[in-house]
Amino acid sequence: MAEATTLARLLQRNARDLRDRPAIREKDRGIWQTWTWGQYHDQVREFALGLAALGFKRGERLSVIGDNRPRLYWAQVAAQCLGGVPVPVYQDSIAKELAFVWNHAECAVIVAEDQEQVDKVLGLRDQLPALRVVVYDDPRGLLRYKHDWLRSYQDVQELGRSFATRHSTYFEAEIEKGKPEDVAIICYTSGTTGNPKGVMLTHANAIGIAEAFRKADDIRPEDDALAYLPMAWAGDAAYTLFLSLVVGFCANCPESPETVQRDLRELGPTTVLAPPRIWENMLTAVQVKAADAPALKRWVFERFRAVAERAEILRADGKPIPLGLRLARMLGNVLVYTPIRDQLGLRRARWALTGGAPLGPDTFRFFRSIGVNLKQVYGSTETTGLVSLQPSAEANPTTAGRPCPGIEVKIADRGEVLVRGPVIFKGYLKNEEATREVIDPDGWFRTGDAGFMDPRGHLVIIDRAKDVGALRDGTPFAPQFIENKLKFSPYVREAVAFGHERDFVTAMVAIDLNTVGNWAERRGIPYTSYMDLSQKPEVCGLIREEIRKGNETLPAATQIRRFLLLTKDLEADDAEMTRTRKVRRRFVSEKYAAVIDAFYSGGHTVELEASITYEDGRTATLKSRVRVEDVGPEMTARV
Amino acid sequence: MSALLEIREVSKAFGGVQAVTRVSLEAQKGEILSVIGPNGAGKTTVLNMISGFYHPDSGRITLEGRDITDLAPSRVAELGIARTFQNIALFRGMTVLDNLMLGRHVHMKTGVLGAFAYWGFAQKEEVAHRKRVEDIIDFLSIQDLRRRPTGSLAYGLQKRVELGRALALDPKVLLLDEPMGGCNHEEKEDMARFILDVNEEWGVTVILIEHDMGVVMDISDRIAVLDMGQKIAEGAPDDVRANPRVIKAYLGETKTIGAGGSRG
Repeated sequence: MAEATTLARLLQRNARDLRDRPAIREKDRGIWQTWTWGQYHDQVREFALGLAALGFKRGERLSVIGDNRPRLYWAQVAAQCLGGVPVPVYQDSIAKELAFVWNHAECAVIVAEDQEQVDKVLGLRDQLPALRVVVYDDPRGLLRYKHDWLRSYQDVQELGRSFATRHSTYFEAEIEKGKPEDVAIICYTSGTTGNPKGVMLTHANAIGIAEAFRKADDIRPEDDALAYLPMAWAGDAAYTLFLSLVVGFCANCPESPETVQRDLRELGPTTVLAPPRIWENMLTAVQVKAADAPALKRWVFERFRAVAERAEILRADGKPIPLGLRLARMLGNVLVYTPIRDQLGLRRARWALTGGAPLGPDTFRFFRSIGVNLKQVYGSTETTGLVSLQPSAEANPTTAGRPCPGIEVKIADRGEVLVRGPVIFKGYLKNEEATREVIDPDGWFRTGDAGFMDPRGHLVIIDRAKDVGALRDGTPFAPQFIENKLKFSPYVREAVAFGHERDFVTAMVAIDLNTVGNWAERRGIPYTSYMDLSQKPEVCGLIREEIRKGNETLPAATQIRRFLLLTKDLEADDAEMTRTRKVRRRFVSEKYAAVIDAFYSGGHTVELEASITYEDGRTATLKSRVRVEDVGPEMTARV
Repeated sequence: MSALLEIREVSKAFGGVQAVTRVSLEAQKGEILSVIGPNGAGKTTVLNMISGFYHPDSGRITLEGRDITDLAPSRVAELGIARTFQNIALFRGMTVLDNLMLGRHVHMKTGVLGAFAYWGFAQKEEVAHRKRVEDIIDFLSIQDLRRRPTGSLAYGLQKRVELGRALALDPKVLLLDEPMGGCNHEEKEDMARFILDVNEEWGVTVILIEHDMGVVMDISDRIAVLDMGQKIAEGAPDDVRANPRVIKAYLGETKTIGAGGSRG
């Protein structure tokens, strides 16, 4: 369809060509409710006309905050239809971050999911001069809020219906005015330094990524996807909004964030997109369940898991799989792999993607071996979420895949990955200087990632280019590479490695409360809190063993020599990580300067003073003395 | 204005212990009335008399003008008075969903045989009740707990499910006996919000016994204070807070009761 050059026109096309096919579902009151593309279109139209009645104009910005809800997606598409720009924000952001984004983008309308989100807007309203209207989806608890600027979603749709009787062609006329180079969405990047930057993505970008993806992989109008990742993340916008509109598949919104796992299983999506954390959590859940199972079941599971992994390693290396192993795998498929895939809701998935951060090779291998077509994808907000993707036959845990059709990749002098093509963003909002820094006159975008192309033509990402340093003896030091080795352990939730311009490598480790807590309970080790658990000698021994395992896969020079167990997890609320859970290195090394000092001065304890920021912005301080541990080369394990 | 629930001069003695002496209370339609007082003041006894658990030695209790003084607890429940208990009363081995469905029991007309056949009316009825229960599940945001046995839930969540079980009755009056006892700060805030929402959006009249003064002062329309089985004060939160008799009962000296989690 040549004329469908904007998302709004794609909506019109879908409403015409896919009128009665499911477009979006939401689980409500325990039941999946479906809207067809025809209904999707009508909902968007009514809300858009309601916005028009409230004076929302071309170029203005509308923010959405909340969980993945059809109405919040419709509100974004409605804004796009009128030539406005949606600005989705992370609902777990603290007030200061929200105020920055809403002010910076000068949002005129905010569509909030419920009372909790409305309260956040309420608290910031004085600081938001551009804000005119707040719309809420779920009226629960909002009856006693009487403000003329606060309206229910139905209320706006009602306005839209009466507006339509006076201006029957307004909606269609506004869509006609839309151009492919118009900004379609602004996604804020939770940069690891400084204030977030507003990445402007155009309709051409949105359609560009969808076309590139469609050429690179198999995606069909009858597909089902689960829309559960934060709407503010470019990946969700690309998947649930752009790709769904272009391809016409159905997006499914879970009942609540807590029910995602169960909803996933009920739905059995045919395509799955999940960050490494989700895959790790799923594997942990399987391992915990297996450990709790009776001896016979456990034995069967372990046996067939080993079979599957042997076969997968042979496959990945391109070697033939012996007949015996193939037969064992067929039996395993009936007894173990299919039931596990079914339990995890992955039984119908033709492919599953992981991206955003590297995934531990063992986790990757596990899912591949039980028959999940898991593949790595690479992209960033500035590339509309997509650069490269692994073809199904070439999936492996180390590369980021082949650049998608139409997207060019080259490696700059210092190893930085450069990208060019229809997916490169228009620029940062109100920050031309930053835009010029990352897009050169020839249109190449600097990703900031260090990497190389392997002989097969796959892109391999090592680390953030600016984080790659060197030990004092000159050995290259890529902290993330080392941290990922640790984070593969189910007991390690987060790790930060140090070593740049030092003699050896050290690491701070945040344990995973669930798995370590479970481990402790099994052994009858009592504990009260995260802090208490993290400082148990037994836990220390456990983590030491995990670090040793990680060390085995690292070159001798970059093996971890000393470590410390943090008394709390690293948190985005404390500015230690970004909302997408990337470590803010500079901030962390300043905050934990005393720890680094102890690491390299040979100290054995250090005073940790952790200030914690609660979601409402209040802060508290936690003080404790923490041991600095040596990994030790040949010490016998305590556990 | 006639009260929705009227308690007139009720007294109750257990052997030689006079638990409640000539206490009168009125709950107006749509209000949140808190009953506070030191331990052993007779608060729970009053609640037990309203719900038909105990029958007063003297005095009358009426609901919408109808005398319910001597009715059995099941009859009182049918007339629209639901309650929660200080020490959670749920079926621990049953799922959250089943506990809530059980709360609908007084509204179910299908007999054992009909339910067994599960056809025609029985099925239709079950679906209708399930719908109502789903509204409550949504209201309390416990979608993820439907199939969990209640015994496996954290204490604060059990309290929430118990509130749900009482709400499943579609009560006119909700009696809450220390709904926040043993809860942490966040659970208390959630519970306070639920109570306010039940009251405002569903129009349910609430009679609340609670020790957390901060919560009581925040959400009550009126407060009645019991001490040694007698009502010593009644009125708006600010009046009660400043009442010297109340301060004396609580603290034994002259000081203002502050907002915050002081325990009685």
